[in-house]
Amino acid sequence: MAGFRVDRSTRESRWFAGFLVLVFIALATLPYWGGPGDMRLVSEMAYYLALAQLWNLLAGYAGLVSVGQQAFVGLGAYALFYLTSQFGIHPLVAVALAAPITAAISLPMALAVFRLRGAYFAIGTWVFAETFALGVSLVTPLGAGSGMSLTPAIMTQIAPDRAGRELILYWLSLAIVALVCAIVYLLLRSRYGLALTAIRDSETASDSLGVDTFRTKLTIYVVTAACTGMVGAFIFLQKLRLSPEAGFSVNDWTVVVIFMVVIGGIGTLEGPIIGMLVYFGLREMLADYGTWYLILLGAVAVVIMLTAREGLWGLVARRFNLHLFSVRRHLTR
Amino acid sequence: MTDWLNILLQGALLGGLYALFAIGLSLSFGIMRLVNIAHGDFIVLSAYIALAFIQATGINALASLAIVVPLMFALGYALQRGLLNFTLSGGLLSPLLVTFGISVIIENVLLQIFGADIRRLHAGAIETDSVAFGGIAVGVYPLLVFAVAVIAIAGLQVLFYRTALGRAFRATSDDAGTAELLGIDNRHLYAMAMAIAMIFTALAGVLMAIRTTFDPAAGPIRLIFAFEAVIIGGLGSLWGMLIGGMVLGIAQAVGAALSPTWQILAGHIAFLIVLVIRPSGLFPHTRD
Repeated sequence: MAGFRVDRSTRESRWFAGFLVLVFIALATLPYWGGPGDMRLVSEMAYYLALAQLWNLLAGYAGLVSVGQQAFVGLGAYALFYLTSQFGIHPLVAVALAAPITAAISLPMALAVFRLRGAYFAIGTWVFAETFALGVSLVTPLGAGSGMSLTPAIMTQIAPDRAGRELILYWLSLAIVALVCAIVYLLLRSRYGLALTAIRDSETASDSLGVDTFRTKLTIYVVTAACTGMVGAFIFLQKLRLSPEAGFSVNDWTVVVIFMVVIGGIGTLEGPIIGMLVYFGLREMLADYGTWYLILLGAVAVVIMLTAREGLWGLVARRFNLHLFSVRRHLTR
Repeated sequence: MTDWLNILLQGALLGGLYALFAIGLSLSFGIMRLVNIAHGDFIVLSAYIALAFIQATGINALASLAIVVPLMFALGYALQRGLLNFTLSGGLLSPLLVTFGISVIIENVLLQIFGADIRRLHAGAIETDSVAFGGIAVGVYPLLVFAVAVIAIAGLQVLFYRTALGRAFRATSDDAGTAELLGIDNRHLYAMAMAIAMIFTALAGVLMAIRTTFDPAAGPIRLIFAFEAVIIGGLGSLWGMLIGGMVLGIAQAVGAALSPTWQILAGHIAFLIVLVIRPSGLFPHTRD
């Protein structure tokens, strides 16, 4: 091994890290120079980016293509609504508690769906989400089919006035997306990241070299579930109302997220960011076209999968050999 | 007692329809390891094609099969040859996400053309006719659907084990590379597999549309029913699909008897129980 040097960061990645810090500071000060509409949009972009990074970690790195992530969005949201209304827990504490609660539910669930391989795994996770949605609609303390609301008494715990609440929730959305991105980034830089790369390249080979593939995948699945649950709780803290259809919506919390990741570039950390920006750009432009907009998104996803599997970012990265996040290891003599 | 017997019988007959849902999904997986996420949407698309022809010509819903089946056969061939074959080399993600995109496209195109109204097809008196078995009245139509499912699976068995095409399917399923070396054109064979899968999808779509209502968003739950029937029955098992469909149908019928809100949930729970206790299904045949 002597004579080799392992580099984790590149010149571009250090520049990009600085750029990210600047963007983050600019967004954190948005309340002082932007309107409430801007704050709402940025906050929505933030939680969608978090969902996209999480789905990307699962599908793009761990090879666990789930169509059932809405299960965790819904479970996290229900955890928030139940804890605040039944036990009077502070809503921000409840958002944090949503993570361990969803993780605890995801563990036995994983043991069942991990018995399915590949695409059947995808549909299996979807069945679980449907089961939760139908199950919740039978439980009266959870509002049954008609859902629950966060009362003003609960919301004033965050801040007494509306403007103060909007400010706190806005900053919370930035904090959550930063936290989620940091978790994903650090996981990929850790030995789990190496194990995942090995599994992606050859599951059999990495198994025989001592990588515990089952355990690695299980860890990623549960961590993703916990983070998704926390994001879900935050989303519905903003929305104030929760119903089984809204909380467990496959279209809102999974379909859209998959499009973002696929268009931006699956299996890279840059891809979900690009995909999220493209998605919101298209949405602002084509909002009046309703169904045609979804048809276009579907068609774009199909074309990308057929012609440029690594997405928009993949094209850029290959053309310019550009990698902005330092999750790789560079070997030099 | 006859009440419960009745529920079990109705559920078992409903299972025939679910077995028809399952055939298309199972065929494309068995032969080319392709899981078609848009499968449920193709079932609903078949129902809408039938609806369009019925509205244009006034023919009976069952007669519309004469048009819908060949149309879906051609569509299946073209789809596989022109699009899906190009996804098969790219691992798991590519076919999954392409069919996922197709699913969203079909749903929204149907919504654009036909609107969100709930539809149903009418087949005349056969819908309400019934025959008596002991003390239990059984609908002629559910019996007919069940018979179609049994004939369909028997037909597939003949196709797979008695014809040259079936031999080629089995060879490709076992080892696509070797089959190609021995002169099998996989591109054509895969297209034929999808075309044949679409015959059953069309059949399932029209027969479903006479029995229950449908709308453009009705596809995904049909995909889930098909999937549950396949997994309960056991991957790769022909008659397992029928048993899987019947288990699912009976679970749903029992659930519905308890409370209408329990119908679908009971089916999911039955599936999850099988998944936990017997992950390879009741009649496992192939390993994936």
